[in-house]
Amino acid sequence: MSSIVAALSDGAVVAKRNVIKIVRVPEVLVFVLMSPIMFVLLFAYVFGDSISVPGGSGYREFLIAGIFAQTVLFGATWTGAGLAEDMQKGIINRFKSLPMSRSAVLVGRTGSDVIYNVLSIAIMSITGLVVGWRIRGSILEAIAGYAVLLLFAYAVSWLMAYIGLLVPSVEVINQASFMVLFPLTFIANTFVPSDNLPTALRTVAEWNPVSSVTQASRELFGNIPEGTPEPSAWPLQHAALYTLIWVVLIIAVFAPLAVRQYKRTSAR
Amino acid sequence: MNEIVRAEGLVKRFGDVVALDGLDLAVPEGTVLGLLGPNGAGKTTAVSILTTLLEPDEGTAMVAGADVRTQPGQVRERIGLSGQYAAVDEALTGFENLDMIGRLYHLGRTRSRRRATELLERFSLTDAANRPVKTYSGGMRRRLDLAGALVAEPPVLFLDEPTTGLDPRSRLDLWALIRELVARGTTLLLTTQYLEEADQLADDILVVDHGRAIAHGTADDLKQQVGGERIEVVTSAEHVERVSDVLRPYACGDLQVDRNVGRVLAPTRGGPKALREVLADLDTVAVDVRDVGLRRPTLDDVFLTLTGHKAEANGDGDGSRAGESVANDPCDDDAVAVAPLTPPTPSDAPEEAL
Repeated sequence: MSSIVAALSDGAVVAKRNVIKIVRVPEVLVFVLMSPIMFVLLFAYVFGDSISVPGGSGYREFLIAGIFAQTVLFGATWTGAGLAEDMQKGIINRFKSLPMSRSAVLVGRTGSDVIYNVLSIAIMSITGLVVGWRIRGSILEAIAGYAVLLLFAYAVSWLMAYIGLLVPSVEVINQASFMVLFPLTFIANTFVPSDNLPTALRTVAEWNPVSSVTQASRELFGNIPEGTPEPSAWPLQHAALYTLIWVVLIIAVFAPLAVRQYKRTSAR
Repeated sequence: MNEIVRAEGLVKRFGDVVALDGLDLAVPEGTVLGLLGPNGAGKTTAVSILTTLLEPDEGTAMVAGADVRTQPGQVRERIGLSGQYAAVDEALTGFENLDMIGRLYHLGRTRSRRRATELLERFSLTDAANRPVKTYSGGMRRRLDLAGALVAEPPVLFLDEPTTGLDPRSRLDLWALIRELVARGTTLLLTTQYLEEADQLADDILVVDHGRAIAHGTADDLKQQVGGERIEVVTSAEHVERVSDVLRPYACGDLQVDRNVGRVLAPTRGGPKALREVLADLDTVAVDVRDVGLRRPTLDDVFLTLTGHKAEANGDGDGSRAGESVANDPCDDDAVAVAPLTPPTPSDAPEEAL
């Protein structure tokens, strides 16, 4: 128990340092906030009229939850890149020589990166409202919708933390995660209904956790209009539950792996 | 004397590369041990193991009464580390860096802040305390990094190449700070590539090459071993013989001749006086003289003497041999106190010994 307390209190010190960095190096923040705006506008206006979605409520309403899911997933890359940078600069070595909790650097990093996700979701929500997206469910449901997105992002942060320590190069992290995340966000129901996909891809899309995150937030924001056919796949029928299972699974696997890698790793 | 750091048989491999190959070392309490060696000799790996950043593949090490393998937490509470790469955060101010380190040593808010202010004052960084570190000069960063290692007033301090890359002025400043710490009773293990630095700071020097200790002694011991000062004359290739003839009477020991660059080195005890006489003699024989000087032994000289090869840039096991002869009769009448731990490699037959 005391080790959890130590991880949290030392983690808070590390998180505070990361927050100071967010403010002092605002270039990262600008990028974090600009790219979701760009995505919302691009998809809404470029594809908006060419893609038809079931229920007839319009593509923009359908699109926003997909953009949310894609953005928080890509946002997790910052966790890996941040750790890789700290490793390259020798800061991790300094932390490792201090009598602090062995998981605090990771707890602090994944914790402070939630701020990026909260900010980018807030910006996207505003942009979404401007282009015609609306929250049609209750406030509680909307809060739950945001919570599902943030939890999923938090879990993926741990995966990226592991990769960031394994491959301590910011450039490699960015390239590698793009190669994995890009297909992951496209072979899903993020931008087109998964029913429109060829059978093989459709199965992948239905079991892809990015789809269930998207589906869960669409449901909770009330963006699935009356008369939309019920999804046939189990993960999409129980989208929130299926997402939470992934969240628990990813953290259970990658948090211990990341901590183990932290203990092993050294800048030289 | 009580040995506060003791390591036996440390082995560390990174894939096929053997970074440490059975290193032993000991630092008595209140003294300074210098680990001297070229890049890739294993100095940083040794420090990483002693400071619990890495686990050794084999061997044991005790630091301040705790085992680095089984009690790493206790080791960390009793040590300070200042790394080869200044491990301070560029985006944070000097004060924020030290305050954060204090919090992570669990000093608590008040003590941690007070300590940060104290250290900034002591290291002449008060004026820069609230500026981000990215605006600091190299010397200021190193001072801040050193301050970071002192936050918890640890009894044992590890400094990994504390002055590499610093200008001479900053180096002298840092040396003064380190001497002050040692005067207050801190035990110090420092790594360096510079013989002069080890000479200035260390009570005891361990020369490391290819992951193992090759010699151990005081700075004076090592200098005696390498023959102290030399007179160096650089001439053209065709005049090497004539220059050698001039130098030979002044040499107390064998000359070292490098025909490729036309350089002749003569171990001497005569100092500037001998140099003046050599210059006068060189005038009487008509030879090209491109450079003349009195040289003090360098890390290369130590390595050349101890191993028969130059200090190499990497840890490659059978690297190239320099075409220079080994001074096999160091110029001194005292007993040589340095015991080479491995004999010079016999295959390095002197090519151009005269």
